[in-house]
Amino acid sequence: MEKLLNWVDERFPLTASYKAHLSEYFAPRNFNFWYFFGSLALLVLVIQIVSGIFLTMHYKPDAALAFASVEYIMRDVDYGWLIRYIHSTGASMFFVVVYLHMFRGLIYGSYRQPRELIWLFGVIIYLVLMGEAFMGYLLPWGQMSYWGAQVIVNLFATVPFIGGDLSEWIRGDYVIGDATLNRFFAFHVIALPLVLLGLVAAHLVALHEVGSNNPDGVEIKKLKGEDGHPLDGIPFHPYYTVKDILGVVVFLMVFSAIVFFAPEMGGYFLEANNFIPADPLKTPEHIAPVWYFTPYYAILRAVPPILGSQFPGVAAMGVAVLIFFALPWLDKSPVKSIRYRGPKFKIALALFVIAFIGLGILGVLPVTILYTWIARVLSVVYFAFFFLMPWYTSNDSVKPVPERVTDK
Amino acid sequence: MSDTSVDTSKRRFLVTVSSAVGGVAALGVTVPFVLSMNPSARAKAAGAPVEVDLSKVEPGMLMAVEWRGKPVWVVNRTKEMLDMLTKNDDKLTDPASDTTSQQPEYCKNATRSIKPEYLIVVGICTHLGCSPTFRKEIGPADLGADWPGGWFCPCHGSRFDLAARVFNGSPAPTNLEIPPHKYLSETKVLIGEDQGAA
Repeated sequence: MEKLLNWVDERFPLTASYKAHLSEYFAPRNFNFWYFFGSLALLVLVIQIVSGIFLTMHYKPDAALAFASVEYIMRDVDYGWLIRYIHSTGASMFFVVVYLHMFRGLIYGSYRQPRELIWLFGVIIYLVLMGEAFMGYLLPWGQMSYWGAQVIVNLFATVPFIGGDLSEWIRGDYVIGDATLNRFFAFHVIALPLVLLGLVAAHLVALHEVGSNNPDGVEIKKLKGEDGHPLDGIPFHPYYTVKDILGVVVFLMVFSAIVFFAPEMGGYFLEANNFIPADPLKTPEHIAPVWYFTPYYAILRAVPPILGSQFPGVAAMGVAVLIFFALPWLDKSPVKSIRYRGPKFKIALALFVIAFIGLGILGVLPVTILYTWIARVLSVVYFAFFFLMPWYTSNDSVKPVPERVTDK
Repeated sequence: MSDTSVDTSKRRFLVTVSSAVGGVAALGVTVPFVLSMNPSARAKAAGAPVEVDLSKVEPGMLMAVEWRGKPVWVVNRTKEMLDMLTKNDDKLTDPASDTTSQQPEYCKNATRSIKPEYLIVVGICTHLGCSPTFRKEIGPADLGADWPGGWFCPCHGSRFDLAARVFNGSPAPTNLEIPPHKYLSETKVLIGEDQGAA
């Protein structure tokens, strides 16, 4: 056995990689609850790829056949319903996990120097994931698929001058049609997953280069013991592999409960209108995107047209997503973790969370004048969190950061 | 073999030139792929005109037909409906239909139609492409007592009157689009072709 391992190691860095990334990769010893979600995101990615592969074996990317082929998967394919519900639940759970993972970064300053690139890769992953989810949602070819895609593709039509041609180029037709369904299928099952895998690899390589942050925002590599390992570090394997497995077990319990008992999640994971085949002549009474897009959708609706153009609302929505890229450079605080931050940041973060969730709720509700005004206020709060960040983080009263991680 | 010195400037020049040429070639190769995503010849050809029999549309009713994959509404407006139109003017963004892209020249009038009673309009909201709902009843509870009848877009709340003109404060920037159309006879209309010079 050892001979075989030696034979491999002379040709491929198997043992060396195992040591570098698992058994001798030292992670801070004070990880808490919030550190489950990175590994869970990886798990969901695997779930989505595997369930997706099996769905493509039965699905037909053709406007005339798509809706029926999904119903065929649900009724006639052995365990087809299970695989499809795993895939649809996985889509929503992906965003649950990613939003919690991003929130972790936000509270512990994981985007700060020297982890800016990890954060940037992460934001790109988030963007690609949004594209992946959006394109996947068209595939069942239900009413919500169709009209959701119609609205989102028309966002591009509002771009001044080139908008009309751009949206036609995206659709491949004058309306959402067979050509659109076919290309979205191609993007959803091959192009974006490939990009996603590459980005996840880059995210992890960058992480393992600089090492993980932790709830205290202390750099553990500064203090090393006689053996050359960080004093506050423990090997990822077995310590964190075991911890992550616990997270996986609990997560899979929740996941299975949804798949088996509430796959539609009261219309939030799978919308009722999507059980009606796409009808280009009739928009559903109440159209709303799936829950994970609703904060941005609410921002889009909150901005009134300016000079007869809808573009400002679309631009605001775009900025609301892209602003995450700037985060590492907007935060001027001398400390990373919320544990040592002052009241200004804590209040700003609390308001941001309220705005994000509030916009998310408003995004699924119908339009009324009152709701539009609430959405406008919350949109301002959302942007203020980012644009005022250089100011309120630089003059906040901060607590002294300890040398070593704490055992809180 | 006597001269071992390396001419780095020549080497750098060659590297730069070959990189640039390679880059241009790589860009050129993307062109067919990008253009392959445009609407195909078949998709372009599918935009043929559609003939509609107006006698099938009862007064006050709406009929939806498909033209270029879009819904086109044919509405037979009653006398009362037409009388309501002029009262809306001060609440509209563009009451006189001054945005020329939204209707052919022959429909730039108070009723936005060739024959006053028959409105023919593309049923796609100019905001983000939803299809608004026909709400001809006057003053329903959810739209307010001053609702004069028209269309309400369920996606983002745009409101249009019975000449498909947008109300102030709607997210939609312009009136709904009137497609080119012409009358073949008293009751037959062809959607998709302009009315001749006659």
